[in-house]
Amino acid sequence: MPVGSGDVWVVVEQEGGRAEPVSWELMGEAAALARELGVRPAAVILGSTGRQLSRTAFSSGAEVAYLVEHPDLEPYTADPHCQALVELAEKFSPQIILLGATTRGRDLASAAATELETGLTADCTRLDIDTTKKLLRQTRPAFGGNVMATIITPHHLPQIATVRPGVFTAPQPVEGVSGETVVLKPHIKAAATAVKQLQFAPNPNTGVTLNGAKVIVAGGRGLKAGRNFALLEELAAELGGEVGASRGAVDAGWISQHRQVGQTGQTVRPVLYFAVGISGAVQHLAGMQESDVIVAINNDPEAPIFEVADYGIVGDLFDVMPAMIGEVKQRKLAAGGEASPALLKQGGGMRTKTGAGGGSE
Amino acid sequence: MQINSIVCIKQVPDTTQVRIDPDSGSLIRQGIPSVINPYDLYALEAALKVRDSHGGTITALSMGPPQADEALKKAIGYGVDRAVLLSDRAFAGADTLATTYTLSAAIRKIAGELTAAGAAGIDMVFCGKQSIDGDTGQVGPGLARRLDLSQVTYVCSLLEVDAETRTVRAWRQREDGRELLEARLPVAVTITEACNPIRYAALPDLLWAAKAPVEVWSAGVLEVEPDRLGLKGSPTRVSKVFAPPARERGETLSGPDRPPNEIAAALFDKLAERGLVIGGSSG
Ligand SMILES: Cc1cc2nc3c(=O)[nH]c(=O)nc-3n(C[C@H](O)[C@H](O)[C@H](O)COP(=O)(O)OP(=O)(O)OC[C@H]3O[C@@H](n4cnc5c(N)ncnc54)[C@H](O)[C@@H]3O)c2cc1C
Ligand SMILES: Cc1cc2nc3c(=O)[nH]c(=O)nc-3n(C[C@H](O)[C@H](O)[C@H](O)COP(=O)(O)OP(=O)(O)OC[C@H]3O[C@@H](n4cnc5c(N)ncnc54)[C@H](O)[C@@H]3O)c2cc1C
Repeated sequence: MPVGSGDVWVVVEQEGGRAEPVSWELMGEAAALARELGVRPAAVILGSTGRQLSRTAFSSGAEVAYLVEHPDLEPYTADPHCQALVELAEKFSPQIILLGATTRGRDLASAAATELETGLTADCTRLDIDTTKKLLRQTRPAFGGNVMATIITPHHLPQIATVRPGVFTAPQPVEGVSGETVVLKPHIKAAATAVKQLQFAPNPNTGVTLNGAKVIVAGGRGLKAGRNFALLEELAAELGGEVGASRGAVDAGWISQHRQVGQTGQTVRPVLYFAVGISGAVQHLAGMQESDVIVAINNDPEAPIFEVADYGIVGDLFDVMPAMIGEVKQRKLAAGGEASPALLKQGGGMRTKTGAGGGSE
Repeated sequence: MQINSIVCIKQVPDTTQVRIDPDSGSLIRQGIPSVINPYDLYALEAALKVRDSHGGTITALSMGPPQADEALKKAIGYGVDRAVLLSDRAFAGADTLATTYTLSAAIRKIAGELTAAGAAGIDMVFCGKQSIDGDTGQVGPGLARRLDLSQVTYVCSLLEVDAETRTVRAWRQREDGRELLEARLPVAVTITEACNPIRYAALPDLLWAAKAPVEVWSAGVLEVEPDRLGLKGSPTRVSKVFAPPARERGETLSGPDRPPNEIAAALFDKLAERGLVIGGSSG
């Protein structure tokens, strides 16, 4: 069956001209894949967003930008977007389409892959090209993170994948580059508007952005009471991070569910993760074990969290946490200013270009 | 007007226990208990609630090996009207495209039987937001496309169905907030854990359900092309499975008599060595 000669596409997730960061993370990766295949990386922008986003797409590596404009494309609902993407794909035959594994990207990708009768790999954490077969190898966690699977779509085009946000690093924008712009007006059937958005309610506590946080200080049942989370808040604030929690702490009513990390909470990949008074149940690990550095503080030396910790501290958190806070404050003073975050901005660097969860090759 | 629903139920291994055999590199599934995909219980409850206020029927539908009838018997215990298991060697190895092909063929057949009996067909298809094994969340939208249903995923609160205008309102969870959507029936919804948990099933009902009949359908009773079923009909292939790179147990910084401030200083020295934090300690 066909070896693709088509381009590598990224569907830019945008609303009102604001794109999700994952779109540019994918643009950088698409550019690398396209180079390897000798084809062009392209951005697909659905909605009437003007040229601003295509400029960002070009500066992030796109050589082509498809601007697909239709009044039914905003606000987002699945069917019109699916029709537009399918029409575009049938017209230009890309060999790969990448979308963010977000509530919206998954929604659109599954619908479009069904219409295109092709394979869709979900929630990838690594992509590479099998150079002999010119196939996209899509690696993803399954079974709650206990298993990694590499999946290929050998006989169907396009090969479609959704990719977890935060896996790839967005490229540094290269200013002044441009590319080919293709403007299209898709045919969207009226029946496609069977779903209408009546209202949008943004998240109330906009403070919680665990997903993008570089530092997370998470607490569990070992905290003993909700008020003790103040210890974690203080360290998190000093480090410019966020407070997270185990489900144990959430179920005890000590902290909002928005901060839960794990299988039924959020999956996070910060540079630095503190697990404080958290035993390390597998459902918790599923949400944080891809952090770059894990520090565990627990008074039980047998606690499973130590199995995944880079730095284990066996001790009473009520002794250790104040010492941590004191240490950070001291260092910040020594570094010359309370306002400076203790963490280096581009910290980490242990995260490889191809993302975490890569197999042993 | 009554609302007729399908609830899609997947039987899944209790995923926390699935491991890779380090020698063969394949999945160890033997001896792992099976459960109803937890999100499907939220989907079932949402369907039961719609039936409470509008009447109509609920059919629980699952594709899986013969043992998956356990999951459907549980669904009967919760009060579904009918339970259908799609079980055939030809269905095995399906990816989400082949899964939605097969499930949609069965839903068409169920809808056809309803209309033949004078009812209106299927108004709502309920799925969980995703399974806990395959974890893709692709089946619900796939069914919506194949059956030409309105598509509403990640529902965190299903509001009233309006049988007169044939619409349903639902709040959909997104990363940045929630949106209130109005969808025309027939609709496919995928339900999250923010919806109501499954109601209590009385023990006598569960006992009765254990003996209740689950209809088992093979490929032969569906209007399907054999090439589009199971592994044959699946564009994706699992080319290998492997254990996630294990994190190694790191260093222990605490010691029997080491005071907390020394431990803290040691930690931040280590983090500074790794280039994560600025500078050395002042102390
Ligand atoms: C389907 C399913 C999904 C789940 N999803 C999630 C999820 O998304 N996220 C999640 O976190 N959990 C999840 N869980 C729950 C999980 O199994 C655990 O029950 C939970 O993570 C335990 O929380 P914990 O570690 O805070 O509590 P515990 O297990 O009670 O651990 C508390 C720890 O604190 C330590 N401790 C106590 N006092 C001190 C002290 N003074 N100083 C230092 N340490 C102290 C103890 O040694 C202990 O290790 C899920 C479970 C199921 C079945
Ligand atoms: C390790 C691994 C990785 C995989 N990765 C992919 C992949 O990337 N892409 C792909 O296409 N397939 C993949 N599969 C195959 C996929 O798991 C199966 O196709 C499965 O039948 C349905 O997908 P799901 O479990 O992800 O369901 P989801 O789409 O996550 O399930 C959502 C809902 O659909 C309903 N549902 C799902 N399956 C059934 C069923 N059998 N019977 C009744 N209702 C059901 C339930 O209501 C469920 O809550 C993978 C399988 C494995 C073992």
